[in-house]
Order: sequence, then structure tokens, then C-alpha cells
Amino acid sequence: MSKALLIKNGIVYDPLNGIDGERMDIAVKNGVIVEDVSGKDIEVIDASGMIVMPGGVDIHAHIAGSEVDAGRLLRPEDHIKDVEPKTPYTRSGVGYSVPSTWTTGYRYVRMGYTTVMNPSMPPLEARHTHEELNDTPIIDKATYPLLGDSWFVLEFLSRDMIEECAAFVAWMIKATKGYAIKLVNPGGLETWGFGGNVESIDDQVPYFNITPREIIRGLCKVNKLLNLPHTIHVHTNNLGKPGNYLTAIRTMDCVKDLADGERAIHVTHCQFSSFKGVDWATMESGADAIARYVNMHDHVTIDMGQVIFTDTTTMTADGPFQYGLHLLTGNKWVNHDVETETSSGIVPFRYRPKSIVHAVQWCIGLELALLIKEPWKVFVSTDHPNGGPFFKYPDVISWLMSEKARKTVMKKMRKAALKRTTLPSIDREYTFYEVAIATRAGPAKALGLENKGHLGVGAIADIAIYAINPENVNPSRDYKLIRNAFSRAAYTIKSGEIVVKDGKVVGYAQGKTYWVDVEISDEAMETIKMLGEVFKQYYTVEFENYPIPEDYLAASHRIPRKSGI
Amino acid sequence: MVTVSSVVCPVCGCLCDDLEVEIENGRIIAVRNACSVGEAKFLNYWKHRNKPMVRKNGELIEVSIDEAIRKAAEILAEAKYPILYGWSSTTCEAIKVGLELAEELGGVIDNTATVCHGPSLLAIQDVGYPGFTLGQSRHRFDLVIYWGSNPWSAHFRDLDRYSAFSEGRFQISAWRRAFAKVYARIAAKKMNAASKRTAAKYAVSPPFGSELVDTLLREDRKLVVVDVRRTATAFKADYFLQVKPNKDFELLQAFRVLVKDGELDVDEVAGVPVELMEEVVDVMINCRVGVLYFGVGLTMSKGKIRNIEAAINLTKELNARTKFHILPMRGHYNVTGANVVFAWTTGFPYAVDFSHGYPYYNPGETSVVDILCRGETDASLVIASDPVANFPKKAVKEMVSNPLIAIDPAPTPTTLMADVVIPAAYAGIEAPGTAYRMDHVPISLRKVVEPPPGCIPDEVIVKRILNEVRRLRRG
Repeated sequence: MSKALLIKNGIVYDPLNGIDGERMDIAVKNGVIVEDVSGKDIEVIDASGMIVMPGGVDIHAHIAGSEVDAGRLLRPEDHIKDVEPKTPYTRSGVGYSVPSTWTTGYRYVRMGYTTVMNPSMPPLEARHTHEELNDTPIIDKATYPLLGDSWFVLEFLSRDMIEECAAFVAWMIKATKGYAIKLVNPGGLETWGFGGNVESIDDQVPYFNITPREIIRGLCKVNKLLNLPHTIHVHTNNLGKPGNYLTAIRTMDCVKDLADGERAIHVTHCQFSSFKGVDWATMESGADAIARYVNMHDHVTIDMGQVIFTDTTTMTADGPFQYGLHLLTGNKWVNHDVETETSSGIVPFRYRPKSIVHAVQWCIGLELALLIKEPWKVFVSTDHPNGGPFFKYPDVISWLMSEKARKTVMKKMRKAALKRTTLPSIDREYTFYEVAIATRAGPAKALGLENKGHLGVGAIADIAIYAINPENVNPSRDYKLIRNAFSRAAYTIKSGEIVVKDGKVVGYAQGKTYWVDVEISDEAMETIKMLGEVFKQYYTVEFENYPIPEDYLAASHRIPRKSGI
Repeated sequence: MVTVSSVVCPVCGCLCDDLEVEIENGRIIAVRNACSVGEAKFLNYWKHRNKPMVRKNGELIEVSIDEAIRKAAEILAEAKYPILYGWSSTTCEAIKVGLELAEELGGVIDNTATVCHGPSLLAIQDVGYPGFTLGQSRHRFDLVIYWGSNPWSAHFRDLDRYSAFSEGRFQISAWRRAFAKVYARIAAKKMNAASKRTAAKYAVSPPFGSELVDTLLREDRKLVVVDVRRTATAFKADYFLQVKPNKDFELLQAFRVLVKDGELDVDEVAGVPVELMEEVVDVMINCRVGVLYFGVGLTMSKGKIRNIEAAINLTKELNARTKFHILPMRGHYNVTGANVVFAWTTGFPYAVDFSHGYPYYNPGETSVVDILCRGETDASLVIASDPVANFPKKAVKEMVSNPLIAIDPAPTPTTLMADVVIPAAYAGIEAPGTAYRMDHVPISLRKVVEPPPGCIPDEVIVKRILNEVRRLRRG
């Protein structure tokens, strides 16, 4: 649309451009932020007394694909308690922890979020993910193919054939229209094919002559060779096991020497990988150890994986972990082993404040965000829906900004739980600037999304305006106002279109699916041709039928990259 | 002549994608790699095609496609509680528009799972579902059980493409094993005969090679069939358990007891001797990876959802002893896709009611057979399905007593009873789109030939009806 927009007088937080609560105007034309607008046909938004931030960027939320849809199908009881009727601007749908796709898009923009990354895509079923993303309205999105247990990757890396592996990964990312390399319990998922798991990053993966350490390092090297915008995105081995904080630290450390002064690894939903103790009776927070490591090393970023006390649905590609959760809770269990590539599992789960373990988990997510000094290293997430539904992010923001808010929640917990964490002694409170980093600028930077997460000239006009005045509000005391303001954006603008007013969806914008197209040499293509010849031995679909054409995406945003192969 | 390879077969849940099709003068003249059913569809698709028709004065009269679509939209726009049914033999893209249409109309949308694997879906919602994609079967599974399912006659290529007779990284084909055994027996016979002849002339040591090499006797992959009669698949099985009709639930529960090392106080359960059951349980527990494939034998016999629950629970409990999976053998090539698209759009896999303005799901209340039998609907749209031939008589009577719109490439009992007939192009032959294999793997169907003039893809038809309905309702 060639519409011009002028947001006047707002209090702007734009950390990527160093703007910390300055009163300024933001001008938009043709979906992009511009220096100024002039002329008659300008829509003016009076943002006086309101916060203006870039649209939210969610680095990790399970919103689309086979595992999410299996979760939806599994849980009619989750939906009937939370329905969304049709309106003139919106399709009907359902929530709660596994919302339908239309509802997902609307609920994100109502919070002022405009970009969401779907982190777990089994490459064989990539079409499913993209069909659902096509039906997730308004927000821009991307997805990460699961590559950490792909037979081709394991075979190449066990023979140290990094360049051939890189060619394969480049082809995979293009074929599945993906954005980044995802590893989940690397090595463990292949072992789960026969019902086993790995227990450390130096365990052998049966039949493949490789260890998780070699997979992580190999894919880190591949990531660098291919010049991908994000780092490898890793769900660690031993997730959810007491004592696993050591695995997390070893995972981060094993690629330290490959970093070359840049970021090398993103450990996702780090809360679930930060447990000390030897069993559930002795489980306690390992967040301080993780934070200490992250504070001392610059090659790592993480996202929180914050727990919310509610009935939610766990779903990850970590098949063996999910089976373990089924045994622990007795809840219904879905498993899906994807040939040649990966697995997944789904188990409904309720987090209760009176449970010592759940309470410690709740504390860990916040400890990580508060103990890590550099806000550009830690981002807000609940690993939706594993820790809790994404529309609870405003609660997370209020806990970060207000010690009082945290104490109110901690009052519900047993003293025995509070003894196992340092959270009660932490009085740090996030500023609006830090919140803007943790929910927008930080993830955008870590993802290499150049035109997002900031409000500088040239950025895509994804803007959120919240009805809260930093000059009149004390977030520490008035955390409920913070939570309410971030739940219902006064305005959300997507690509220059006003899509939300006062927390209601009033418009539409076509969200795009971002994917990376890495250019590889003809020599590298030879590797792919060779794979095509043996493809049928690995898969039950034809090589010609595997890749997804670009026009499969409702709105494609191709990101070309030049690589080193 | 043009050859197109990697063509996807739009018939059953196997969704084989390795077909080769030869086209001459815009018509398919040969097919390779397909089973006989797939081949029949690819060679005969062009025969007996529908024309757009509207019933006037009791007779179906050919009209223009525009008039047929307009009439269909009028019927739906005026209806208070229409049902939109079928969806299992068409593309996901068409199903998406169908859901939008149902939401616009405030009606009910349902797919063929409602008379087929609906109980499986309900059971999954109760207890879960340890599943997999079919490549895992090929590569890893050394125990294959078919219960109430007869792939030899219904999913023709399943056995050698995905399961008992397939070959994978960790499993050799049972065919090869069977052939090797046969050849070894022949060779042993010949050697025996030869050495007997020589022994008659000369004194030689006892003939060697008269025993089969024991590695050939080592059973690598086992096939077990449980059914009410000895099906064609059962003839190939290592174990066949003949269960009394309508007694599958008892047999499944008894298996669960044995898997947990319990004891049964009886000699037989559901007609199956307990000794045989114990042998099979031994095989189950000692397998590397096993699978239970099941079909309508379980979903539509006494117990229905409880049968499937018991089967899923058995699978879950076997995971404590070994690695085990379960898979429903879906019939229509895209009924899985219908469940998938329904679920991501509405949260529910079938029987979705939009009359409140939001998706509401309560099978038994919102499933179309029940709605029809209670006489609660006043119009139907049927697409990619043939309910007049399959539904209970009472439901059919109700359906045809109200205005009925049928969208189908060829005449069926449903189109013959319809008030509006709209000719569709065959998805997977004349129209592209996405379909989901029975293990949830999505594959893109191809368009290999042009449809006959006047036949258009389902997606386009439903979209045009939707636009016309909107125009009528909103003025």
C-alpha cells in the first residue's frame, strides 16, 4: 500500500539504533520506515504518552507443522475452553495451548508481535509446516529444519566430509524453505529409532560411528561455511534431566574454538537444560552456573524457555524425552518417528506452583534472564507451548520488570523450592530498553534479520505501540499495568498496515515466509546429484518429489546468501 | 509421446509417488509401478465424466457450469444448517476453502473419517498415539502385525513398499529370504540326489549339503495377522490368529495382560488358544522394533473406539519392553489430509460445527450421519465422496429429501440423486495439490494431463461457490 503513516510524539525504544526512551516521530511509507512523510494523504497516529517499539520477534515458538497439528488433534479439551468467534476481520478458531493457525496469528499481533520463528520442522514433512504457516495470518514467519540426526548429515560428518555435508545442508534448507539449522538432542533421535537415547555429548550413536559433540561441531562448521544468517539452534542432549546443566555447558563449550569472535551457537529454551542435582528429589537450579558461563563467553546466545503455571502441552522433536515425560506423568502420549531424519513427541503437562520441581523451573527461566548481564544474549520465550502459551509473554515481561511481581508468584511456592534457587535474592529489574532488547532487537540481531527489530530508516514498518507512559508508570510497582498494556497493543502496525487497535484485530497484512537460498558451486551440486541416486534407499518418497517449489509459499521472502563452497 | 516420472497415485493411503505415466495426445496410455487399482484409475479417468447439471421438474438437465455453481450457492445461502461432507479424495487446498465456506455458512463440515477411522481419532484423543513414518517400517521393523486389516487386498503395494516384504538399512526383504529358502531347498534336493547316486557306485562319506544352512532358517522379519477369516495376507503370515467376530477387544486386553507378564486363567480368548497367544507375545517382546497396523476390522466392529484404545494401550505398554508403534491403515488417499487441515484450521479433525460462529466439536452430535438421522439439516454439499452408496439408509433418505449438491468427476449414486451436479477434475491426474499419506507425510500431487472441457479443480469450484454465497448474503 502506498499509504503513508506518521506516528507522532511517541516514547521510542529502539535499542539497535541506541534510542532509549526518546520522544520522536516515526514515519512510514510503502510499508517501510522512512525519514519523513509529507503530503495530504497521511494517516496520523497520536502516540503521545505511549511507548513505541519495533514489533516483537519470537525466536522459538512451535506454531506450525506436523508435531503442532498432532498436538491440536490430541487435545480437543484444550480448545473447547478457549474459542475465538469469527469477526468481519478475522477467521474463527480456538486456543488455548495449541491454538488453530488463524488464532495464532491474531493473538501474536494483538500483543504487538510481528515476526515468529517456528523452530522444529521435520524436513520430510516440510510441506505441512508451510501449509500451516501460509494459514497463519499477518505475522512474518520462518522455520528451522531439523538436521541434527539426518542420516546424510551423520554419514558425512562421521567421515569428516564437511564440504559435502555443507552442500547437502544448503540443498535441504532450500528444498524445505527453511531458515536455520536446528539440532534437537543430536544423536539421541537416531538412537530413539531403536528405542534408546544418548546420555552425554560423547556417547556413540549406534551404527553411525559418531558422537553428539561431532554432530554439533560439524554443523557449526557447516553453518559458517554456508554463511547462514543465524547460528546453529540447539536443544541440548539430556533435556529435562537433573544434572543436565553440565551437558548444556559442555555443549556451549564444544564450539568455542570455532567462533572466530562471532556468535557460534544458540541454546534454546535454556531453562530446561539448567538443572542441578542427581534426581528429582535433589533437583535444584543450575542457572547461576549457566549464567556464569554465558557471562564469560561471547559466542553463545540463549532464550529463556520460561515456565507458566497452567495446563499446557509439551511438544518437541525429542522423542525419548517425551516418552520419559509420559512415564513420569501417565498423561496421553503421541510419538512420531520420522524416517531418516528425526522424531517428535507430545505430552500434555500441567505446571503447578506447589510442585517443588515446577517452582524451581519457573525460577530458573527468570534467573537466566536476570543473572546474564548482557541483554543481547538472552531472549524472552516460553518455548511455546512447552513452558506455557505464548500469549503469556506479557506476564513474563512483568516478572522481568518487577521484583514485586516475582515475589507475588513466589509466595505460592513451598519454602523448600525457594531454597533451591537464587531468585529470591535477585533484585534486578529490567528497564523498558532491556525489554525491547529481550523481545525484539536481540532476537532480530541473533537471527540476522537486518530489516527487523528496529525502527531505523529502511526497516520494515513493523511497529508496536503500547498504552503505557514510562514517565507516569513505575513498572516495579505497577506491574499489572505493564502486563495489561503488553497484552493489548494500542496499535500494531505490520508492514505499514494498522492491523491492531486497542488489542483488537482491525486490518490485514500479508505476512511473508522467510527462507534462505544459499548459492553453491557446481562442484557442490555434484554431491547433491549423487545423493539423488541413492535417495530411494533412504526415503520412501522420490528425490524429485522432496523439494518444495517457491510458489508453494503464500508469500515468499527469499534471502540469498553467498557461501564458501 | 511424453513420459512423466515420480507421479503420485491418488487412490489409497499408500500414496505411492514412484509411478511413471506415458501420455500421448493429451491422454494417459500407460502406467508403470502402479498396483492394479492405481493403474485402473490412470487408464480410465477420462471415461464417463460428469456434465454440470441441475434438477428441473424432477430431471437432471445439463446446464452451464456458471448456472450450476449459482444454483449451488443459492441452496447453501438459503439453508439454515447445511452439511458439507466428503473431502477425503481431493486436495488440501480444496479442503481449506471448504472450511472457509462452512464457517461462512455457519454449517457443519465433516469428512469420511466419520464412518471409517473416526473411532481411531477419538481413541487417539483419549490415550495418544505412538506413530512413525513408513520409512521407519522399511528400515527397522522386524515384527509386523496386521489386525483387522488386509493390505494384500486393500493397500496392494504396502507390503513390499513399506512393510513386511520391503528392504531397508537394517532389514532385508522377506521376499529375498523366502526365495533364498526355496532355492536352497531345491539345491539341497539336487545335492542329495546326486550324492545318493554316487554313494550307490562308490563308498563315500555321508552327503553334505543335505541340511539347509541354518542362517537361512533364522527368521529376520515376522508377519502376524489377526483377523476373523484367513485373508490373503494371512496366507503369507508366520502367525495367523483367527479371532471370533466382535471379540477383538477381549483379545487385545488379554494380550495386554500377557505383555505385562500376567497369566490368563482360560485356555482360549476370543477363539484364539492362549498357547498361541503366548508364543506371539514372546515374539512381540523379543522383537527389535514392532508395529501394529490396524484397519476397519477394529474401528467398525463391536467396541469401536474401545478397540483402538486397547490397541494403542497395548502398543504403549510394549514400549516398556521393546520399541513398538501403531498405525491406522487409512483408505482414501487424502483422508489424513482432511483430518490435518481440519485440525489446523479449527482444532478438530472432523465433525466440526460452525453454527455458533466458532468451531464446535462433539462427535455423535456434530457428525453428519447422526445429524441426518435426527433430521436436523436442510441441505447438503457432497464432494469427493459417495455417501448415498455408503451411509445408513435412514441417513441417505434424509440427505436426498433435502437439496443436495454433488461435486465429483464421474457419476456415482450420489450424483445421480443430486439436485446440482458439478463436474470436477481428478486431483492427482488433472489438477495439482497436496495430499497426506496415511503416515502424515505430505506429498504434492501432480497434474499430468488437462481435464476435459468444463471440468475444473475442486479448489476452484468451492472457491466460486464461496464467492457467490458471500455475494448473495452480503448483497
